[in-house]
Amino acid sequence: MSYKIKFKGPESLSGKEFTYCPGCHHGIVHRLVAEVIDELGIREKTLMVAPVGCSVFAYEFFDVDGTVAPHGRAPAVATGMKRAMPENVVFTYQGDGDLAAIGTAEILHAANRGEKITTIFINNAIYGMTGGQMAPTTLLGMKTTTSPYGRSAENEGYPLHMAELLSNLPGVAYLARTKVNKPQDVLKTKKMIKKAFLAQIEGKGFGMVEVLSTCPTNWGIPPVEANKWLEENMVPEYPLGVYVDKVGDEK
Amino acid sequence: MEYKNKVEIDQERCKGCGLCIDACPTGTLGFSEGFNAKGYHPAAVVNPEKCIGCGFCYQMCPDVCITVSTLEKAKA
Amino acid sequence: MAEKVMVKGTEAIGEAAIRAGCRLYFGYPITPQSELTEYMSRRMPQVDGVFLQAESEVAAVNMLYGAASTGHRVMTSTSSPGYSLMQEGVSYIAGAELPVVFVNVVRGGPGLGDIQPAQSDYFQATKGGGHGDYRLVVYGPESLQEAVELTAKAFDVADKYRNPALILADGMLGQMMEPVEFPEFRDLSTLPDHSSWAMQGAKGREPHKITSFDINEYVLEQMNLRYQEKYKKIIENEQMWEEYKTDDADIIIVAYGTMGRIAKTIVNMAREKGVKAGLFRPITLWPYPYEALAKLADQAKLFFTVEMSMGQMVEDVKLAVNGKKTVEFYGRTGGVVPTPNEVLAKLMELI
Repeated sequence: MSYKIKFKGPESLSGKEFTYCPGCHHGIVHRLVAEVIDELGIREKTLMVAPVGCSVFAYEFFDVDGTVAPHGRAPAVATGMKRAMPENVVFTYQGDGDLAAIGTAEILHAANRGEKITTIFINNAIYGMTGGQMAPTTLLGMKTTTSPYGRSAENEGYPLHMAELLSNLPGVAYLARTKVNKPQDVLKTKKMIKKAFLAQIEGKGFGMVEVLSTCPTNWGIPPVEANKWLEENMVPEYPLGVYVDKVGDEK
Repeated sequence: MEYKNKVEIDQERCKGCGLCIDACPTGTLGFSEGFNAKGYHPAAVVNPEKCIGCGFCYQMCPDVCITVSTLEKAKA
Repeated sequence: MAEKVMVKGTEAIGEAAIRAGCRLYFGYPITPQSELTEYMSRRMPQVDGVFLQAESEVAAVNMLYGAASTGHRVMTSTSSPGYSLMQEGVSYIAGAELPVVFVNVVRGGPGLGDIQPAQSDYFQATKGGGHGDYRLVVYGPESLQEAVELTAKAFDVADKYRNPALILADGMLGQMMEPVEFPEFRDLSTLPDHSSWAMQGAKGREPHKITSFDINEYVLEQMNLRYQEKYKKIIENEQMWEEYKTDDADIIIVAYGTMGRIAKTIVNMAREKGVKAGLFRPITLWPYPYEALAKLADQAKLFFTVEMSMGQMVEDVKLAVNGKKTVEFYGRTGGVVPTPNEVLAKLMELI
C-alpha cells in the first residue's frame, strides 16, 4: 500500500507565492487556468497577457511566456500577439476595473471580431489594487472608498453586466458567468474555463469566463463570510450560467 | 498511524484564510495554534482520521497549499 | 538599378515598410495619413501579411505591443491627434524595449487643429510624449526617396537596439507625389532572430517575461539605467544630418523635413543676393546632431532656425550653439507653410 496523489497544484503555475490577500479568489482561478493549460497540453505555446490591478503580477505566477498590458488594453495586446502567432494560445486575465471600465472598448471589439483569444474576467465589484474604489460592477447601495454613501443609480449608474452585453456579439464562441465560492462551483468553473480555451483552439472565436469573486480586504468582510456575501448579494445581481456555447460537449 | 486519506498543507505558504476549513465536510481541518513566518495561523490537519479524500479543501485553497493523497494497493 | 516609380508619400512609406519585411500593420484612419492605412489594407494580403483596422489609436498601439513582443516587424501610421492617443502605449513599448516603427504624418495643432502640414509635434516626438525617461529614434525625411530609405533604416535600428523608432513626416510629404526608387524586397529569412527574448511559447526553455514594470524602485532604476546605456549607444552611432553649402557660410539656416527641403531654395536665393547662407538639416531629430551643428558655431555669424511651428527645434539649436552665436527663429504654424520669399525677407531683416 502506498499513497497516490489525488489533488496537487498544477505544473503550469510557476510556484511563486501569490501576492493576493488571504481568501482572495484570484488564486483559485489562477489554479484552475493552470490546470486547464496542463490538461490541454498547451503550456509550451501559451502566451499570457496580465492586466493592471491586483493581478498585475499574474504573468509571474504562470510558467508560460507573459507580459503586462497597459490598463484595460489586454485584449488589444492579445489581438496583436494572436495575429502574429496564430498557432499559439493567447489569454488575457483581467479584473472588473480593467475590463469593464477603462478597457470596455478593447474587450468589446476583440469579442466582436471573434478574436481567437480567451479572457478570464474577475468580477469582484470593486477596485482592489488601488484600495477599494467603486467599480462599474459595484452593486447599488454598496459602499466603497469613492462611493462612501453607497452607489446610487442616479449618480453612478447601474452595475455593468459584461457577460450579457458581450453575449449579443456574433464573434463570441463561448461565454459563461460563474463563481468559485463553493467546491462544486470551482469544479464547474474549471469546465467553463476549458471550454473558453477550446473556443480558441478549435478556431471558433472569442471565449470568456466571468468569475464572480470576493475581495475580503476591500469589502471589509472575512474570507468565509465573504463567500456567503457573494452568494447573497452578487449572485442575484449577476445571473450565473452559460450565455454562449458554440464549442459543444467534450467527446 | 496511516489513514486511508492524507491531506498535507504547506504551513509556510498558507495565509490562514480558512476557506479550506469551511469547505471540509468532515471537520478534518482547523487552524494551527502557532504562527507561520508570514504571521498567519495556517490551516492544519486536526482530525486526520476523518478525511474522506474529497479534495474540497484543495479546490477552495486560493494559495495552492494543499495536496491530497489516498492509499492504494500497489499493482502487482 | 531599379526603376523609378511615381508614388504618393504615404504609399511610398507603406511600400518601403513591406519591402523592409514588415508583415503586420495595425492602424486607424486619420487625415492626412489615411491613404497609408488604405494602402496597407490592399498590400498586406498580397504578401501574406496582416492588416487590421483597430477600433482606436489606443487599441492600435497595443496591438503593436502584442505583435512586437512576439519578435515580428510591426508598424502603424497616424497623425497628430492619433499619435497623442497612442502615447500611453508608446511609453509601454519603450519601457518593454520592443522594436516598433511609428509614422506620424504631422498636421496642425493643438487639439483638433486642422489637416494641413505642420511640425508642431517636435517636442512630443523628441522629448518624450508619454510618461517616463525614454526616447524614440526619430527621423525627419525631406523627400519621398529619403522617406523610403529612412523607413527601412527605422526597422533595422529598432531591431538592433530593441527600441521604437518614429518617422516624423508632415502632411506635405504625405500627400505629395514624386518619383521614387524602391529597394529590393527583404528576404524574410534574413531578418534578425529575436527568439532569445520574444514571446513565442516556452518550449524547452524558461518562460520569457516582457514588461515595463518592476515594483521595486531599485530594480526599476536599474532598468532605466540600462535604457540610458542603450540611448548612449544610439547617440554615438545613429546621428544623421545633411549640410548644404555650409563650407563658406556665415549664415546657417537650420531646418528639417519639408522645411529643410524648402530651405535649400532659400539658401540659393540668399546667395544670389550675395549672402553666404548654408543649410544644416538634421535627419535624426533624436539623437539630435548637436556636435555637428556646434562645429559650425565657430565659422557662422548667425543661426537662423525655420520651422512649421512656433519654435520647438530651435531649443535644440540653442543647446548646440550654446550661447556662442545668436540663434534667430522664424516659423508659421497651424498648417501654414512658410514661402521661400517670406523666409528670405525675414533673413534679410536680420542681417
